[in-house]
Amino acid sequence: MRELVIGVLGFQGDIEEHITISKLALKELQFNGRVIIVKKNCDLEALNGLIIPGGESTVMGRLSIFNQTITIMKEKIREGMPVMGTCSGLIMLASRVYDRVVGETNQPTLGVLDVVVERNAFGRQRESFEVDLDIPIIGEKKFRGVFIRAPIVREVGPNVQVLSKLNDSIIAVQQGNIIGTAFHPELTNDSRLHQYFIKIVAEAST
Amino acid sequence: MISTLSTILQPKGQRIERVGDIKLVKGTTLVKRGFAHMQKHGVIMDVTNVEQAQIAEEAGAVAVMVLDKLPYDVRKEGGVARTAGLKIIEEILDHVTIPVMAKCRIGHTYEAKVLEAIGVDMIDESEVLTPADEERHIWKWDFTTPFVCGARDLGEALRRIEEGASMIRTKGEPGTGNVAEAIRHIRIVNAEINRVKSIYEAGDEQELIKVARELRVSYEILVETARLGRLPVVNFAAGGIATPADAALMMSLGCDGIFVGSGIFKSSDPKQRAQAIVLATTFYDDPSIVAEAQKMIDEKKSMVGLDIKSLELKMQERGID
Repeated sequence: MRELVIGVLGFQGDIEEHITISKLALKELQFNGRVIIVKKNCDLEALNGLIIPGGESTVMGRLSIFNQTITIMKEKIREGMPVMGTCSGLIMLASRVYDRVVGETNQPTLGVLDVVVERNAFGRQRESFEVDLDIPIIGEKKFRGVFIRAPIVREVGPNVQVLSKLNDSIIAVQQGNIIGTAFHPELTNDSRLHQYFIKIVAEAST
Repeated sequence: MISTLSTILQPKGQRIERVGDIKLVKGTTLVKRGFAHMQKHGVIMDVTNVEQAQIAEEAGAVAVMVLDKLPYDVRKEGGVARTAGLKIIEEILDHVTIPVMAKCRIGHTYEAKVLEAIGVDMIDESEVLTPADEERHIWKWDFTTPFVCGARDLGEALRRIEEGASMIRTKGEPGTGNVAEAIRHIRIVNAEINRVKSIYEAGDEQELIKVARELRVSYEILVETARLGRLPVVNFAAGGIATPADAALMMSLGCDGIFVGSGIFKSSDPKQRAQAIVLATTFYDDPSIVAEAQKMIDEKKSMVGLDIKSLELKMQERGID
């Protein structure tokens, strides 16, 4: 099998945690691959798949405009490059975003995932939590969801598949090669979601 | 996976909430330290009002830190420096989408309690304010809200983590616009970590216990630090950072991110400077982009710095035990 190159958007956030768990996922899948940090436009060229980490979406949005990295990412994703966004990564992917308290945020996003996302939807940091989740597509075993000032997907377009809900709130979605989660799979050592994403990457690169 | 080694088994700040069949656990070590991990590679900016907070957010700050007076003004005005007015903090909470942090006095559990009650995202138990308790820091395991604390060396950092801090920053010398002390502190921490790491790798447990006693920390946390080859929590630079090049230098020394205190709003080009420091922090490993960032600011507009030797008050000497 050809070597897969997974990139982690390296502007801000928990970049290293995604690198560690992606390497673990590659190892557990016994796939040939490497994980790189993506900061410059030229870093995007060799990628088979991109991960947008947790952090602050307003910061990532602003830094994506510098050098127009956002435009190139958007093109690559539209051409079919698989992408996974966790928490602020989900917000970066969404077509519409608003904040629970402040309202419309007018922040730059990629707008490639047909969902409306409410930022900070569970409340402030003291309301952040851990919980066991059902994510049927990765197996029956519960997945430990770590939610940190997390968003909720409030509306989904017709081509969006809901991967997981917490009570009635949508917290993980997929639209073709695009995956978004409101929680942080990179903060646990359960690599099943990353494995699921990397399998999509492998399929898209054959 | 991040390190979640805790000093105590059932921290009071950890709360279980049941919604139907679902059990949510709030204030866990993972959730508190995880929050700090989300700040990595970012710039946290000191602000004193809503207008400054909005400028900071617009410029790309990863969070804002609210104080009554900027450290430079605290130094100039003297007197007792306390936590900021709650109405101002609440107003900022309502007007920005990024995390809002606030400072409380060292050992002042009730300033921290009120900050937690109004929903501040992180509390900085800070030497910039006048210490309230000369003997003890706050027992931070009792809080659901995560804390950040300053440290000048490995012993201070690990003692704060054992008290429940979820994030560490260098103390530097606040309000001076002089990065020299921040550099000194991160170099000390790095050198001490390298030392314990090599003792750990040599398998010399007896020596590790000796070092733990020297630093007045537990053996467990010292071993965890040695195993990781870094602090078990996120470690930011703070205390004297005033320019994009200052920020880039601190990142190159292994800091996870940057706090800027007086450096931005004591300059006369705060908007451009804030943007430039954000850019230099992310692209610290590319000198051409740091140069571009440095060009966005005017050195004549930098805050007037203070020589450390001429200072009457060294804030870094507060709360060291």
